[in-house]
Amino acid sequence: MAFMTPTIVKNFFGKPATRMYPITTREPFSNARGELYIDVKECNMCTLCARACPAQCITVDREKATWECDPFECVYCGVCVDVCGRKCLHQHDQYRAPAVEKFVMHEQGEIKKKPKKEASDSA
Amino acid sequence: MARTIVPFGPQHPVLPEPIHVTVTVEDEIITDAVPALGYVHRGLETLADVRDHVQMIQVVERVCGICSMIHAACYVQGIEEMMGVEVPRRAEYLRVIWSELHRMHSHLLWLGLYADAFGFESLFMQFWRIRERVMDLMEATAGARVIISVNVIGGVRRDLDEDQCKWVLSEVEDVEKQIRQLQTTMLNDYSVKKRTVDVGVITKEQALELGAAGPCLRGSGVAQDMRMTGYGAYDDMGFEPIVETAGDCYARGAVRFRETLQAGEIIRKAIAGLPEGETSVKVRGRPKGEVITRVEQPRGELMYYIKANGSKNLDRLRIRTPTFANIPPLTAMLPGMELADVPVIILSIDPCISCTER
Repeated sequence: MAFMTPTIVKNFFGKPATRMYPITTREPFSNARGELYIDVKECNMCTLCARACPAQCITVDREKATWECDPFECVYCGVCVDVCGRKCLHQHDQYRAPAVEKFVMHEQGEIKKKPKKEASDSA
Repeated sequence: MARTIVPFGPQHPVLPEPIHVTVTVEDEIITDAVPALGYVHRGLETLADVRDHVQMIQVVERVCGICSMIHAACYVQGIEEMMGVEVPRRAEYLRVIWSELHRMHSHLLWLGLYADAFGFESLFMQFWRIRERVMDLMEATAGARVIISVNVIGGVRRDLDEDQCKWVLSEVEDVEKQIRQLQTTMLNDYSVKKRTVDVGVITKEQALELGAAGPCLRGSGVAQDMRMTGYGAYDDMGFEPIVETAGDCYARGAVRFRETLQAGEIIRKAIAGLPEGETSVKVRGRPKGEVITRVEQPRGELMYYIKANGSKNLDRLRIRTPTFANIPPLTAMLPGMELADVPVIILSIDPCISCTER
């Protein structure tokens, strides 16, 4: 225990290691992977994200031009963001706040008569 | 003296994860210990039937909540070997950097839990306080604190720029300095030694015979570490394994403590020699064949057996984690010890039960 004394004295007079959360919060690092969001106007409903998602939390309906994501299934891996050909998927640098009730993110895109086909398949 | 059977776990204040050990005691001295597993089985290997081989990277990362990056690195290393992919050297170096950051935070977590197991609360908090900075390093460089998801087949997803490298170096140096301040407490303190020296002894012969892995094996005087095989960029790191000979809890703790500092050394070497170039190559096609791939996890040797038939899903994925290998040595460590030493001995193998049961 004697060897710990300098550390204990230092801690006693030093700054606290913790913050006064929630009054003081730590800002996330700039490229941290957080909550997923989509710029649906840019999306061409190619379904690449839905096929790549390891958690299978994204559903894309090409005919109705809807993009849905269950944020409570999302594991923040960012694979969908990487595979997105139109670069319309993004991640905030902060996690989604906890919620009392579960919901599904529903985005309505533009219904195009002839949707462009994505040629590349990353798999 | 009458025999008494004491159930230890699965819920016990000292255990971070559920393992049950039926301990038979005679007058507080253990005569027999029978472990029972199966409380956190998730069937992740079977998920290979449902998820394709690329999605499996994110699944295998979740096998272990502490050394996730190393699991993914082992898996992609196997797939790359099967597909004959030449990984860019920069990616291999970056994998080493993140692997060692993971080793650092895993060992710091363990050192804290271990201190807690023998009742040294302030040491526990001190280690975890340092660990928080390693987690920050991972969040800033890879985007998440633990499950950093940097591996892809053919390389890594993130890169380190020059400023980040400098910052990582200065942070690692600072972390090492803080760890060194605790060195005398961890390795020379009377109360620490009292609880760990000559507790849970396993000889070199026993360790080899029972198939111990990682610090458990190196603590008994066997210089065996997968990093010696020079997988990835480890062939450039001039790696020497850390070995202690006593084979007791103290030796295993000392191995891990010194490995934490060694991880910082390796990170420094990797950043100094970080080659220029691409971080990943485009991989086309699907894997076919079978492969066994091994890496060194913080807890020991991790082995993946992957069998693929050229379709989207893998035929078979078998994961053998080091804790699984360390359970037979654990049953050899316990007999002859006092009942009060059971938490320290169990903690000394660094049990990662979720890993073991997958």
